[in-house]
Amino acid sequence: MQIPDLSKSTPESASSRLRTTLRALRRNRSAMLGFSILTILTFVAIFAPLLATYDPEKPLIGVEENIKKRASPCIHILGCSEDLPQHLMGTDGNVRDVFSRILFGARLSLVIGFTTVSFAIVIGTFLGLVSGYWGGWLDTMVMRLMDVLLAFPSLMLAIAIVTVLGPGLINALLAIGIVSIPTYARVTRASVLLLKEMDFVSASRALGASDFFLILRRILPNSLTPLIVYGTLGVATAILDAAALSFLGLGAQHPTPEWGLMVGQEYKNVFNAPHLTFFPGIALMLVVLSFNLLGDGLRDALDPRLAKIRMA
Amino acid sequence: MIQFIVRRILVAIPVLLGILFITFALARLLPGDPCRAALGERATAQVCDAFTKRNGLDRPIPVQFGIYLRDVLRGDLGDSFRQGRPATEILIERLPTTIELAFYAMLFAIIVGVPLGIISAYWRNSPVDVGTMVLANIGVSTPVFVLGLMLEYLFAIILKDTFLWLPPSGRLSAGVDLPHLAETWNLTDLSVQSAAVLDFVSRLYTVNAVITSNWVALRDVWSHMILPALAVGTIPLAIVARMTRSSILDVLGLDYIRTARAKGLRMNKVVFKHALRNALLPVVTVIGLSLGGLLSGAVLTETVFNLPGVGRTMFEAITARDYTVVQAFTLVIAFIYVAVNLFVDLLYAFLDPRIRLG
Repeated sequence: MQIPDLSKSTPESASSRLRTTLRALRRNRSAMLGFSILTILTFVAIFAPLLATYDPEKPLIGVEENIKKRASPCIHILGCSEDLPQHLMGTDGNVRDVFSRILFGARLSLVIGFTTVSFAIVIGTFLGLVSGYWGGWLDTMVMRLMDVLLAFPSLMLAIAIVTVLGPGLINALLAIGIVSIPTYARVTRASVLLLKEMDFVSASRALGASDFFLILRRILPNSLTPLIVYGTLGVATAILDAAALSFLGLGAQHPTPEWGLMVGQEYKNVFNAPHLTFFPGIALMLVVLSFNLLGDGLRDALDPRLAKIRMA
Repeated sequence: MIQFIVRRILVAIPVLLGILFITFALARLLPGDPCRAALGERATAQVCDAFTKRNGLDRPIPVQFGIYLRDVLRGDLGDSFRQGRPATEILIERLPTTIELAFYAMLFAIIVGVPLGIISAYWRNSPVDVGTMVLANIGVSTPVFVLGLMLEYLFAIILKDTFLWLPPSGRLSAGVDLPHLAETWNLTDLSVQSAAVLDFVSRLYTVNAVITSNWVALRDVWSHMILPALAVGTIPLAIVARMTRSSILDVLGLDYIRTARAKGLRMNKVVFKHALRNALLPVVTVIGLSLGGLLSGAVLTETVFNLPGVGRTMFEAITARDYTVVQAFTLVIAFIYVAVNLFVDLLYAFLDPRIRLG
């Protein structure tokens, strides 16, 4: 945890702190690698319609000649016959261009990661602030509830929640969001417990600041560091879990170009069409890897003492 | 120590009650009428009235929760209405596969992860260290099902016709026989409980093969377990390796290590005799925490490798809307998870006196 002092809440030093962090981050090689992968993925996600050569959802039957389903990648400059249509990553079981689907999948993946984590952080932080600040029976109740949620393996609980809500991408995201709340509630509460006894908070209170002001202006800004780190790593977990739910058929539904779903629809054909598992799999691995690397780097840059805590 | 154990167990009770409440609520929150969910869309009003009465669904919610608690304590987790038999029976049938899978995955993670962590810490920033940590990062970032499928493709297709070939699915090859223990020992007239226990142990194929000295079957069981265990074990492996590394590096910075070095002890001896024991403590916790991921990974791995385990059963039950089974399995998995973490906590306290005294 940071040892905050009053000087840090003034604007000049806040920006200088940001500068120090960025400098530390730039020196961290793995963080920069993660950041680069993420930049490329974001670029791909934004410009997917311009980069994609085909419609990601429409079958190409009747659109192109000589097209076959589950065709292996065909790249003309690498020696693929000019008679065949060019498909960088081949076609899938519904005769769609895998490359275009992968590009559009980047959009979904990033949106999935950010929305679920934002949802979990907002609710988790609120619970953590309230229970840490006021304590008492409220704290006991909230934290026991979090313990119970943590007592389930996360994907299992998400599966159970999706069973209740019904399959679908939105429900899957909601389930993953709910499952991730405890982490952020705990992290925030731990910071609040430490911060609320600090002199600068007592000083504010002595000057007549309200609870509301203390929580929002004194405590919350100083408990953001661990939240940023856990949030970044949390995006990686959220993307993995969402892909797993879609793989099982509980998340995104046909014909959405979601990477987990793409593997789920074709995994039984892995022996004759491995490219249909390989490409979406690599794409998933890259996006998750980028957030993991960035999260690790942020942790080292923002707070060396956090480095020991690993997300299991 | 006893005081610590008692206190720790008492803390687990509200969590267990909470889990029971969630699984209870799960069944109540399901969309649609429970009677028609259980008996099918065409159940008549009369049949449904009887069903409601029999299951106490007309009673107040707290009473219903009481009934549920009583049933669970009696070991009655309800009947699967798709298969028309108790959920506990299905559990006894399916749990052993997952236990075996989890065991081998953890074994792989520890046997490979701890030495890798030690090597990385010992030769910090060497190519070995950097390579290990890069691989660890890729390992935690690859979805379990993708890894499983890639392993399957590599070992069953690319390495086909070599001695490295491994079977891509199932638990036993056709033609390999591993009879039920009751059959092997010619036991009849067993009580219900002992039959259940025997059934459970028989389905732990490794145990069955070892106690009946069936080495052919054991080899076959192992060859089927390698790929799934690698797939599920990779994430715990990466976590264990990173944890071991950072934990050893932490310990190496402590005063007693400097003292040992100053006495003139060699680095080897300091690392293996002085540092390792203390450094492995946090690793124990990580192993406990990894279990959740392991069980989650099992759902995916069992689907990929076609293994009849808890995960795949859960998944099948969900798609078939067999809610009792979902409820029963969720409950049992959560209980196992809590129990293992309790065990790890106790082990930790046993290994490190500062915890139980503090």
